[in-house]
Amino acid sequence: MPEQLIWGMEVFVNGLMAGVLYALVALGFVLIFKASGIFNYAQGVMALFAALTLVGIMEGQVPFSHLINAVFGTEIHHFGWHVPAFLAIIFTMLVMIALAWAVNRFIFRHLVNQEPIILFMATIGLAYFLEGVGDVMWGSDIKKLDVGLPQGINLTIDEFTFNLFEYGFFIDNLDLWAALVAALLVIALVIFAQYSKQGRAMRAVADDHQAALSVGISLNFIWVMVWSLAGFVALVAGIMWGTKSGVQFSLSLIALKALPVLMLGGFTSIPGAIVGGLIIGVGEKLFEFIMSSDALAGQWFGFTISATENWFAYVLALLFLVFRPQGLFGEKIIERV
Amino acid sequence: MKRHLIAALAGVTMMAGPALAELTIVDLSYRTGPYGANGIPFSDGYQDYFTLLNERDGGIGGEKINLIECETAYNTEKGVECYEATKGEGALVYQPLSTGITYQLIPKVTADEIPLHTMGYGRTSAKNGEVFKWVFNYPANYWDGASLAVKHMMEQAGGSLEGKTIALVYHNSAYGKEPIRTLEKLSEKHGFNLTLLPVDHPGQEQKSQWLQIRREKPDFVLMYGWGVMNQVAIQEAVNIRFPMENFMGIWWSGSENDVKAAGDRADGYKALTFHNLGSDYPVYDDIQKYVVDTGKAAGAGDGIGSVLYNRGMYAAMLAAEAIKTAQEIHGVSDITSQQMRDGMENLEMTEEKMAEIGLPNFGPEFKVSCENHGGNGFGAVSQWDAEAGEFKLITDYFQSDQEVIQPLIEEDSMAFAKENNIEPGC
Amino acid sequence: MIYREAGDFKTSYVDDSQTFPIRFDRYGYYAALVVAFAIVPFVINDYWVNAVVLPFLIYAIAAIGLNILTGYCGQVSLGTGGFMAVGAYACYKLMTAFPDVSIIIHVILSGAITAAVGVLFGLPSLRIKGFYLAVATLAAQFFLVWLFNRVPWFYNYSASGQISAPEREVFGVAITGAETAPWAAYLFCLVFTVLSALIARNLTRGMVGRKWMAIRDMDIAAEIIGVNPLRAKLSAFAISSFFVGVSGALFFAVYLGAVEVGEAFGINKSFLVLFMVIIGGLGSIFGSFAGAAFLVILPVFLKIALADHAAVSPVSNALATLCLAIFGVALLLFLAHLVLRVFGRRLWKDLGALCGIVALIAFFAYALLSGGLGWPTDIVAHVQLIIVGALIIVFLVAEPHGLAQLWRVAKEKLRLWPFPH
Repeated sequence: MPEQLIWGMEVFVNGLMAGVLYALVALGFVLIFKASGIFNYAQGVMALFAALTLVGIMEGQVPFSHLINAVFGTEIHHFGWHVPAFLAIIFTMLVMIALAWAVNRFIFRHLVNQEPIILFMATIGLAYFLEGVGDVMWGSDIKKLDVGLPQGINLTIDEFTFNLFEYGFFIDNLDLWAALVAALLVIALVIFAQYSKQGRAMRAVADDHQAALSVGISLNFIWVMVWSLAGFVALVAGIMWGTKSGVQFSLSLIALKALPVLMLGGFTSIPGAIVGGLIIGVGEKLFEFIMSSDALAGQWFGFTISATENWFAYVLALLFLVFRPQGLFGEKIIERV
Repeated sequence: MKRHLIAALAGVTMMAGPALAELTIVDLSYRTGPYGANGIPFSDGYQDYFTLLNERDGGIGGEKINLIECETAYNTEKGVECYEATKGEGALVYQPLSTGITYQLIPKVTADEIPLHTMGYGRTSAKNGEVFKWVFNYPANYWDGASLAVKHMMEQAGGSLEGKTIALVYHNSAYGKEPIRTLEKLSEKHGFNLTLLPVDHPGQEQKSQWLQIRREKPDFVLMYGWGVMNQVAIQEAVNIRFPMENFMGIWWSGSENDVKAAGDRADGYKALTFHNLGSDYPVYDDIQKYVVDTGKAAGAGDGIGSVLYNRGMYAAMLAAEAIKTAQEIHGVSDITSQQMRDGMENLEMTEEKMAEIGLPNFGPEFKVSCENHGGNGFGAVSQWDAEAGEFKLITDYFQSDQEVIQPLIEEDSMAFAKENNIEPGC
Repeated sequence: MIYREAGDFKTSYVDDSQTFPIRFDRYGYYAALVVAFAIVPFVINDYWVNAVVLPFLIYAIAAIGLNILTGYCGQVSLGTGGFMAVGAYACYKLMTAFPDVSIIIHVILSGAITAAVGVLFGLPSLRIKGFYLAVATLAAQFFLVWLFNRVPWFYNYSASGQISAPEREVFGVAITGAETAPWAAYLFCLVFTVLSALIARNLTRGMVGRKWMAIRDMDIAAEIIGVNPLRAKLSAFAISSFFVGVSGALFFAVYLGAVEVGEAFGINKSFLVLFMVIIGGLGSIFGSFAGAAFLVILPVFLKIALADHAAVSPVSNALATLCLAIFGVALLLFLAHLVLRVFGRRLWKDLGALCGIVALIAFFAYALLSGGLGWPTDIVAHVQLIIVGALIIVFLVAEPHGLAQLWRVAKEKLRLWPFPH
């Protein structure tokens, strides 16, 4: 087999792994959009905030220590304990639930029946707010996050593919784990939505707010629940990305990676988020591989381009949408005058 | 709102009068935003050194230092706002720690006659003092960095780079693009192949670049990164098992922050530096005694001795020495920004001087002159020692390939002079 | 009472449909123009021009542009930063390629080039709507920024990829470059801003504008009554992009002088301009100005109030103490109100809101009068984020139609005041 093809296969598999991570972020968007029609731009910042809180709890950091020290002239930084990862994740989840409650109580309860764009803007405001709070609470330095996930090349795959093609594929263990966790998460979410009482209520709300209200479903409860679920998804995404690059500001920018996934998959479809994520992940990695390779693009077009990943996903989604405006799995838009 | 505006107006006019009889230093810092984690230790070091001078010596030459901090968040618009807000206070020198803001300020400082010191960043051709009269970039610049890295790699490869491949992984911005031209020239000279791998801001995702490195197996990788890009790159390099001793970063890619996420596995990663590392210097005892223990430290006080803290402190030390030089030249203690420029232009850093300050062997010796605003291009290579948890110098200071760099600087600065109708000369 | 409408007769339709039908408003507008053109240039200094006024004027043009697209035509765009970059790079290429042509023509041509690019990226809007379109415009944002960063022709092959505006003059007065006098840069931008507002205002209340609004309110219905959606949407994209391009050109050439595309025209710029439009008020030219002013001044104001620290005169110190006292009393009352609320009682209906606002004003008055509070800059930067975020939310909750609506309500009240009906 020509080596370009083998390399292409390696890139393809890595693209799938990256796609799973994108899908993970996109999932949080879909959950909230389905249940409340809110396009939650703050999802990325929520991932950052969750990861910051997790590290803070694990390391026993004193929240707001910088502010406290500045105001009272004290010198406190740490409680001096270390919380095991599992417990810390539970505590972080509690914080995210509290956040979900606060978001609904103080923001979206006042914005019922507003236009979608207004709701969207409110989430951008929320993003700024959370970013500031996260910084003041836990400090803006880089933090190492280690919850015991393995990292580095997976040797089994390396060996296996080496025997097959005489070229060992590189797959990051962390990516494999992320894929596994994402798969479990999706299955759990689908089971929850299909079979539990709350899940059914959630779907009812997504279908029709008014009708759901009239059969006695508490909208408030469902919204808090959905935001908590989105918070949980954000936490998982935050752990995966945070393990990779350390927990820091740039984590909040992963939301931008999820937007084309949403366009492609449709804003309202959980399978759409997964499939869209995979398509985007594979597409952008393969495009970059082909376009930056002298042997491929160099031969075919006479030039190479690189660092295309920031825009390729968007352009792909844009072209796709021109042919199918509601996305891959989105609901057909029916308009009446 | 109207009331606020009037009050704001009142506030500004009240501030406008320059605080005389004090040496004003402005610290354009960034403690938030995507690059905040790197900006914090630098700014802490910069401020702590001046605080030390104030506390221990009562300032410089009997003149207290008035330190103003202004947050730029690495954003050029905020940088301009900070500059305009503070220049009226009699600021002596600006150190923006951002190549973007530097480009913005070059024409402004030239018009306002305030020196700009861009230590190891900014516009490389500003080394030519005949064209860039108000901009200084001693002791080393990006092009020096590229040449130093190539020199070290050549040594590693046994004296010749013929037929070898060097991959440049760079931040796709003004900063990251700076070394490309130098490296192209050097590749002609030494016969190595150059592969360019741009990474777009912020650089959270670099799988494609590193898979390419894994496939093409370049002999060396050189990195010009900043912010999260550094951590991800080092992590990915570890993951693909790239030999860390063949992986080298510019000085902005070589701090403890950058190897944090990869941890022990980054052992052996190299980075350039133009000053010494660690906290084993007399001056640190004084900082502990006069600054930290008295509760006057700029930050949380936990970054002291880290690479970027040292760099900030080094920048402050060079500024303080320039102030001293200016005071000597003009015989006044309360200098102006124009006099400050003379001080910077006549700055000479010698070993005795540094030992006297309490920083023996902390930086290379260099001498600034009217023609040469960039020092002599000396730097050293440091290596991450995971066990000790610190970067360690593994070479002496050595000089970059001036033969290649000097003509490039000449060419670029002359083009700038022509574009802006500047008459070069001293 | 303040508005005296008695005796303000209109004898023609033209009179009746003018922008400022009330005489008082009209005179106010003329007075503002006179102040802006004839008085401000004499008193303005470097700091005010570069920190507040120039960004305000330039962002106002961008906000007008986006308001035409989003507020009048209903197409949400997140590509403003990218289109500003087109304007900036077009201006740079024109300035360096034709150094003898006046920069005024360059700026207008940059707007025209941006309009063409805008139409290109506006084509998908014929099929895509709502959020899908908003996200699709991000494709323009990312692609354009990448293009300018990547293709050396755009930055004339300079080593670092930065573009710097060469010095240019208008009527012998430097407009770009380091030697520009503050008043010159100010007047130059002011002319563009005022013209933009005039053009936009007259377009939006004419036939074109009514077509846009028909599309915004219900595109299918609009099509049925004979509005061509293709032409309406694309003309909105073109005209909106024209203004955005002009603002990008001014932003680069006059305000910053040198830009790096990823930093200056990144996605944050798109969001910032969208905020201005939403906070100012969708579908209002005045709102574009109000939103731009608000978001330009707020961070500067917070920085001056919280982070700076300067010595002040004893008089203002005394006043500051007074403000602090007012702040304390208002805060106590506010807390008392909250405590009473917990027990289900209250002293007076609006006490809480009133005390909250008074406390806020008193606090900032105190901060300003005492020369700034001198907090650590990083805390201030974080607090700024929190306040901006919270303000956006508060605005959306309290007045989703933005500052323009507040202004309208205030005007309505003033027309009746002091009579209740």
